[in-house]
Amino acid sequence: MSTLLHQLRFDQKIFWRNREAAVFVFVFPLLLYALLGSVYGDLIDGVPAEDVLLAGLFGYGAATTAMGGLAITLVIRRETGVLKRVRSTPLAPATYFVAVLLSTLVTFALEAVALLALGRLLFRASMPANWLGFAGAIVLGVACFAALGVGAAALIRSAEGVSAVVNVVILPMAFLSGSFGPTNEFPAVLQAIANVLPLTYFLDIVYGVYLAGESIYADPTALLVVLAWGAAGAVVALRRFGWMPRER
Amino acid sequence: MDVPQVRHVATLLGHVAHIVSQVPSAIVVSELRKSYGTTEALRGVSFEIAEGEVFGVLGPNGAGKTTTVEILEGYRGRDGGDAWVLGFDPGESPRELRERIGVVLQQSELSPLLTVRETHEMFAGYYQRPRSVDDVIDLVGLAEKRNARVKTLSGGQKRRLDLGLALVGDPDLLFLDEPTTGFDPGARRAAWEMIRSLRSLGTTILLTTHYLDEAQQLADRVAVLRDGLIVRQGTPSELIGDSRLTEIRYRRDGVLAVLQTSDSTRALHELTSEALAEGRELDELEVRRPTLEDVYLELVGEEPESAQ
Ligand SMILES: Nc1ncnc2c1ncn2[C@@H]1O[C@H](COP(=O)(O)OP(=O)(O)OP(=O)(O)O)[C@@H](O)[C@H]1O
Ligand SMILES: [Mg+2]
Repeated sequence: MSTLLHQLRFDQKIFWRNREAAVFVFVFPLLLYALLGSVYGDLIDGVPAEDVLLAGLFGYGAATTAMGGLAITLVIRRETGVLKRVRSTPLAPATYFVAVLLSTLVTFALEAVALLALGRLLFRASMPANWLGFAGAIVLGVACFAALGVGAAALIRSAEGVSAVVNVVILPMAFLSGSFGPTNEFPAVLQAIANVLPLTYFLDIVYGVYLAGESIYADPTALLVVLAWGAAGAVVALRRFGWMPRER
Repeated sequence: MDVPQVRHVATLLGHVAHIVSQVPSAIVVSELRKSYGTTEALRGVSFEIAEGEVFGVLGPNGAGKTTTVEILEGYRGRDGGDAWVLGFDPGESPRELRERIGVVLQQSELSPLLTVRETHEMFAGYYQRPRSVDDVIDLVGLAEKRNARVKTLSGGQKRRLDLGLALVGDPDLLFLDEPTTGFDPGARRAAWEMIRSLRSLGTTILLTTHYLDEAQQLADRVAVLRDGLIVRQGTPSELIGDSRLTEIRYRRDGVLAVLQTSDSTRALHELTSEALAEGRELDELEVRRPTLEDVYLELVGEEPESAQ
């Protein structure tokens, strides 16, 4: 337990010292929110635009922080031999991993708070209708997207390419799922793709807890899809993730 | 857990092997084999390292040194043979074993954004009984860089950091894969002093190196690996003793003459009396015993023993 907190402390330290990653993961969603919030009019589908966008960027934030950030961190640490070096110390691999996941959770929780504060400040956005549900959504989002992030890290073998690959996946996903604005005018093909993406369903849950005051299991289908994606990521991660760098 | 039993067996093995010296073995390796695809990196390597011993592994690039060391550290599986490290099977790499070993990898990176002190602190937190972080930093000569970020360190300073992290858990057994590569001569001497003092405290050390003087200075025994086989092992003086050739060099009429002989007293006597009789001076006269390096070059040039 104390080793877990020890490792968590250093993971957080490393995260915030890495300015580029912190900007990409933490500042970028806030910036997008400020921009999009200023562009969109009053209402989106009868709901205040600032609230819809806040929920949307909350979802995008979960994906970049947990999936993008984690995949990039883990691939770089593995390929440069940072993970290998730790492997011959007494630190249990599980402890190392849990610390990395907790660190991601801490970062994203701070991100969510920053989003709410920014929304309040700039656009008088709503506060969560169900605070507990909102906190649950933070955990759910990190769990699902972190599992996908570790799964992606298991498949991506190049430290140079990981950041590009991750963005090529996350940005279109966020766009199709409605993170950056309404999608009901999109062509049917794109909507069909959106209908299988985890972020689409995660956003449904976020709208529920944040605006309607529902619990996170109010829409069981959405919850199941999100969990299924997370489970798929976890299976790939458990089967394929290794600690050693790519062989020469 | 059947660990005590396992340890008992290995200790027994050690006793059998060291029946003469009565010193238990820290490492027992027999007929170790490892292939990467079609490359046979190890083709039956056997050696033992007694507790408290400094054991040097020498050999040209690709000989299988890192492969051997990484199998013993628990990083790589073996395809055949037995290995015991402090009584444990390194293939299972149990926590009790990791608690007692220190590792300097041939190549590794650390988080570039932490400072030297923070990195030591982070690693110290992984062990039950770590050494004092500041002592270790002083010991490896990084006191002035204590608060410098890892990314700002020079190559040799990074290597010292690797060494510090290997020591921070206060290990009984140290694996050093080319630990002084990139060190300036002063730093190398300092590292040698440190390794000697660790040895005097009873730490067992498995060291690979391309510096033959390093092996000669530090190792109680060395093994020369070539193409996945040990071509010779013994104390440095045994290895040097194997080769009885002494070299006599001098300059005659500006031309350098090199004479190799197994009977140096007679050769030197004949040479000097001839020169005296002719009233000539033997310029730059030098009599040189072979160094470990000469023996090594002889060894890695010949066919491996078991392949003959
Ligand atoms: N991961 C790997 N995949 C494939 N082949 C490998 C791998 N690691 C080592 N080898 C091969 O195994 C042989 C032994 O390599 P090893 O790294 O053990 O040599 P070494 O003695 O440490 O060499 P050096 O002095 O260059 O460090 C070499 O032929 C090498 O190409
Ligand atoms: Mg090597």
